[in-house]
Amino acid sequence: MRRLLGYLGAIVALLVGWWLLSVAVGSPALPGPAPAISDFVRLWGSDLMPQLFESGWRVVASMTIGVALGAPLGLLIGRSPRLDAVAAPLVFLTYPIPKIVFLPVLLVLLGIGNAPKIALITIIVLFQILVTARDAARGIPVASVLSVRSLGATRGQVFRHVVVPAALPDIFTALRIGTGTAIAVLFFSETVAGTSGLGYYILDAWGRIAYSEMFAGIIAMALLGVVLYELLEMAEARVCRWTRVGR
Amino acid sequence: MATVDACEVEVVYEGVDRLVRALEACSLTVEDGEPVAIIGPSGCGKSTLLLAMAGLVRPTDGDVLVGGETVSGPRLRTALILQDFGLLPWKTVFHNAALGLEVRGVSPAQRAERAGAALERVGLTDFCGAYPGELSGGMRQRLALARALALDADLLLMDEPLSALDALTREDLQGLLLDIWRQRQHTAILVTHSIEEAVFLGRRVVVLTPRPGRVAAIVENPGMGAEGYRSTPEFYERCDQLRRLLAAEGAFGETALTGVEAS
Repeated sequence: MRRLLGYLGAIVALLVGWWLLSVAVGSPALPGPAPAISDFVRLWGSDLMPQLFESGWRVVASMTIGVALGAPLGLLIGRSPRLDAVAAPLVFLTYPIPKIVFLPVLLVLLGIGNAPKIALITIIVLFQILVTARDAARGIPVASVLSVRSLGATRGQVFRHVVVPAALPDIFTALRIGTGTAIAVLFFSETVAGTSGLGYYILDAWGRIAYSEMFAGIIAMALLGVVLYELLEMAEARVCRWTRVGR
Repeated sequence: MATVDACEVEVVYEGVDRLVRALEACSLTVEDGEPVAIIGPSGCGKSTLLLAMAGLVRPTDGDVLVGGETVSGPRLRTALILQDFGLLPWKTVFHNAALGLEVRGVSPAQRAERAGAALERVGLTDFCGAYPGELSGGMRQRLALARALALDADLLLMDEPLSALDALTREDLQGLLLDIWRQRQHTAILVTHSIEEAVFLGRRVVVLTPRPGRVAAIVENPGMGAEGYRSTPEFYERCDQLRRLLAAEGAFGETALTGVEAS
């Protein structure tokens, strides 16, 4: 309830700021919130919702694949000094390369449909999660591992009872930060290729000089981000219950 | 039977840029059901010796035998309690207590029964669903003890288990440890840096030398476990004797008494 009120307050503040800015700029390229919202409502059923679902499933699919591959790999690397010796230099060399420059390559290889977009977002999210998971796995207190090993736990059991749960909060943080990156990359890839998704819709409205429709698309994009962020927040509250107690 | 035999144990491990010799020719025999306290200057390898007994550190030389068998890894009925309790913050009190049983493949019904009984013994029944983060320091230590009890351990290894607690809680838990030992008669090896704790909980008190750790002296403490022992003259005498021995080992730094003979 308090959360909802907070959101309401933030929305009001944003709308007021937006309105003031639009008045100050006084350009048709920056319409006020009123025409944008009325277009948002008018176009929701026919255009925005389908595009939002299209974009949404691309992001969700990419992040799911990214975390499914990146988290276990990062944890393994973080727990095995031998694997780390090989993998860490490789990761650190490739991590700073902006993976987005590979979009043209992916477009040539995978066509202009969903595949190159999902592949690109996956690669970017995967790296972020892998690096976080590795660091989290390295930072696990020795005492936690020792106490479970002293109970006779196998390597697999140490992973299940110690390494995975200890790293989960960090992985969720990486996912939440990754949401922003993923949506930015999604927008870029949808504007470069293809004829669907919110990115395409926003660019198309821009081309038609339909600025209030363009902003309706931007609102939909923001909505996508908020929904994903909140879903992750809810999932974390369920999965990492111990982090919410006693404070 | 959980006799513990450390024969000429040497442990060398790799430090940051040099080899560290934690233990050297360290020998100690503990009888079945005997409570022993190990004390020594900080950094003398007490914890290393304990980890070797738990099968978590492999001696570079020499052997550790528990119940007549060479220790080569964690043993089924050995329980280890660490300084920061070794609890998992993401598991509830019940799951922490039952963890040893789960790892060993005990059935859920058995787990519930044994962990439940252990939690009841340490007075945590009402907190089964809480997380360690919600417990006080003393309660966490009780939980670590419950985990050991649930395993039905015949050898309890404790590495400064009470050092993080305030003085009152500490005395309370020392009492609980003593009660449980009197009841179960398990072999107990307690590493501590508190002289009073060593005398209260050790029928024999082993004094180690500074690193590399060897046994400097063993103080017999037959009065241990007697009712009201803490306030007897004998208790103070033992403490004083230990303080002198430790001073001789340089436990108190530069101003230490020197030349005190180990008795």
